Amino acid sequence: MRLLKIVPDNTNIGFVALRRWAFGLTLFLSIGAVVLVGVRGLNFGVDFVGGLMIEAKFDHQAPLDDVRTKIDSLDVGEAQLQQFGDAQTVSIRLPLPASTDEGANNALVNKVEGALKAQYPTVVFNQVQAVGGKVSSELIRNGAIAVFLAIFGIALFGIFRFEWQFGVATFVSILHDVLMTFGFFALLRNYLEFDLNIVAAVLTIIGYSINDKIVIDDRIRENLRKYRQMPIGELIDLSVNETLPRTVMTSLTIILALASLLIFGGHVLRGFTAAMILGVIVGTYSSIYVSSSLLITLGIDKSRFKQMNQAVDKKKAARERAERIAPKP
Amino acid sequence: MLDFPRWKIASIIGVLLVGILLAIPSLMPESTARSIGLSWAPRINLGLDLAGGSHILLEADTADVAKMRLSTMEDTIRSEMRKESPQIQIGDISTANGALTFFVRDSSQLDAAVDKVRTLTAPVGSTGQRDWNVQVVDSTRIVMTPTQGGIDQFVDQAMTGAVDIVRKRIDALGTKEPTIVRQGTDRILVEVPGFSDPAELKALIGKTAKLEFKLVDTTADLAKAAAGQVPIGDEVLKMQTGAPIVVQRQAIITGTDLKRAQQSYDENNLASVAIDFNSRGARAFAETTQVNVGKPFAIILDDVVLSAPTIQTAILGGSASISGSFTPQSAQALAISLQSGALPIALKTVEERTVGPGLGADSIHAGVIASTIAVVAVIVFMFVTYGRFGVYANMAVIINVFVILGAMALLNATLTLPGIAGFVLTIGTAVDANVLINERIREERRRGRGVVQSVEMGYKEASRTIFEANVTHAIAAFIMLILGSGPVKGFAVVLLLGIATSVFTAVLFTRMMVALWLRRARPQAIHI
Repeated sequence: MRLLKIVPDNTNIGFVALRRWAFGLTLFLSIGAVVLVGVRGLNFGVDFVGGLMIEAKFDHQAPLDDVRTKIDSLDVGEAQLQQFGDAQTVSIRLPLPASTDEGANNALVNKVEGALKAQYPTVVFNQVQAVGGKVSSELIRNGAIAVFLAIFGIALFGIFRFEWQFGVATFVSILHDVLMTFGFFALLRNYLEFDLNIVAAVLTIIGYSINDKIVIDDRIRENLRKYRQMPIGELIDLSVNETLPRTVMTSLTIILALASLLIFGGHVLRGFTAAMILGVIVGTYSSIYVSSSLLITLGIDKSRFKQMNQAVDKKKAARERAERIAPKP
Repeated sequence: MLDFPRWKIASIIGVLLVGILLAIPSLMPESTARSIGLSWAPRINLGLDLAGGSHILLEADTADVAKMRLSTMEDTIRSEMRKESPQIQIGDISTANGALTFFVRDSSQLDAAVDKVRTLTAPVGSTGQRDWNVQVVDSTRIVMTPTQGGIDQFVDQAMTGAVDIVRKRIDALGTKEPTIVRQGTDRILVEVPGFSDPAELKALIGKTAKLEFKLVDTTADLAKAAAGQVPIGDEVLKMQTGAPIVVQRQAIITGTDLKRAQQSYDENNLASVAIDFNSRGARAFAETTQVNVGKPFAIILDDVVLSAPTIQTAILGGSASISGSFTPQSAQALAISLQSGALPIALKTVEERTVGPGLGADSIHAGVIASTIAVVAVIVFMFVTYGRFGVYANMAVIINVFVILGAMALLNATLTLPGIAGFVLTIGTAVDANVLINERIREERRRGRGVVQSVEMGYKEASRTIFEANVTHAIAAFIMLILGSGPVKGFAVVLLLGIATSVFTAVLFTRMMVALWLRRARPQAIHI
């Protein structure tokens, strides 16, 4: 049987030569994403803005207009109707009642549910969420802290484990990945809600993207030791090409797994999975085109590696000498 | 590389077997597990988003605490100053602006008053601070301000009590495995799986249920009292209709003297709550009613007068009935609340999430289908790419799924819907380790190394990369575990466990399989 090789053996693609184009594209996309988020905004779920969400499932196609009129007639604030799942399910969003009274949320939920139940006796309420203003601002804060901690924590790891240039390059490309995800959610705000689960997706994207970059960085470091005379551009190209089969293979496997989740996993997870698939794609792009090429721009210090190599050589020589003096039994 | 001692093989297989065995009870319905005698075995909990149920976050009303402490202190000061001999005359007592101030009529008694007041304050922990600040203003007026330390200490103690009471009330519902935990300084998280009526739940835990019986002051001028001129020793409360009523401050009996409360029906066949007092309560009630026949007394719940019946005859039996436009459900909820005791602090709902059991079942169904398809797709893909080495990787992936489940069962972890996504993702990333190894073996073969040496180099070189990649991945997962809430935490748990177990299965297990094969077959060339 012939085995499948997605990436042919011994590729020699000049990624580094393309770096100015790649940086331009990355910058353009990142700015685009920021603008999109600024202009269109994100469709925040109740987790982050507070309010009520009631997901109602009808035994026939959801009568959207009728539901809207019904709720408007209750005078409970402006209702937003959205359909994330099938045609029978509708999610109704309402702002939190102005009163801070403990029973207010609940009374509102009961009012809406009662009105719908009276009209459609077979309606089922799949989900109810009511989040107060204080809790939602805490959730936003925790989410933001988590994302920043993750990016910085991992960049720090990169600096300690490798060199500062690796940490900075990784930081920049991950920032790009995160911005892309935000831009994606701003673009598709009519279809995807940005809630607590998406923060988890963003953190996972960060984790995955790092994973990808570490593998390449690791190879660059290895090659820096192996080929001491090779120019840095050539060396990075070699490293990226050597790891290319693995990068593509892993991304494809994960996308394969996630695609099945996107298609068959139900509507609750749809935004989460969509974010993750996008993250894998942009993460792979930034690993190949951005983070490693950025090392050249940042001017990776080969002399540091030379010192490290000399230290390693010395140790090796000392060990060999010791073995010569006292041969192992 | 080929050197794989027997003890190593045995321990790898042993660990994996234990993991798989631990997973088995969670894969069967609970009733089946019980019927074959596995009810002792650890199981994975299903999160609320999968099992259906209610999640409610309660927050203590701390503004209320300061107010409550002021009014309690006001009562204490009044009675303590009266008890002094000679009695200390005070007046113009006020609790405005968050401080208790009063005037000492005889300035020669000021020092005695201050000394007395100081004995009523208590130290806060070992901070050196006291729970009240006492100051003298204009040499006649004493100002008492509750300190933040005192309030915090009070809230802390009250919350500990509140958690117990909330637990008692929810246990009375008889639902399965509710979670009641304190969060931070002033919050309680309540999660009740399989219970999808948050209204009932909130009626049960939201009520303070402070019950008091007080005599009505029929001599008081209602209009004057409502305007703020309340006779000394009295207070103005509201009836359920909103009408004011003047009652004595001193309660005849309170909910702490309660022995039993249960839902019942009154003489008009309306839902009510029947209560029995303990002997102390019964004695106090009997004594008061004996001397007050013909006068009304007020039954007060959470500072609202439910009813004010007239005492027809001395009540000696120590039992009473509370009625006041109840439904059988609300009477039942009140009975449970009274029985469990009053909450030492008022709680309000700040977050509520409910998932219907139907959606949960749909989600599990969809999750299982999606995971199965994901596993099959990955397996096929790995096989066509790496042949025999792909098969080993696939075995590792399948075992890994079971081992994660087993580890989750052992830790009594909760599987949430994002957790299922975590599973699917773990399948993808677990394979990554094998991809790294196999690609490295391919590379080493291309460089012309021998079979055994290529495999050895592949594992050795890739292991370092795998370790580094997993550490960074774990950092992200760990942050999620700490800062995430509910479902996100569930995702992080699966991710973290997956990272740990996948290193074991994808590296150690496949390496063992490959070594055993190489030793047995001694191939001259490998197909990878």
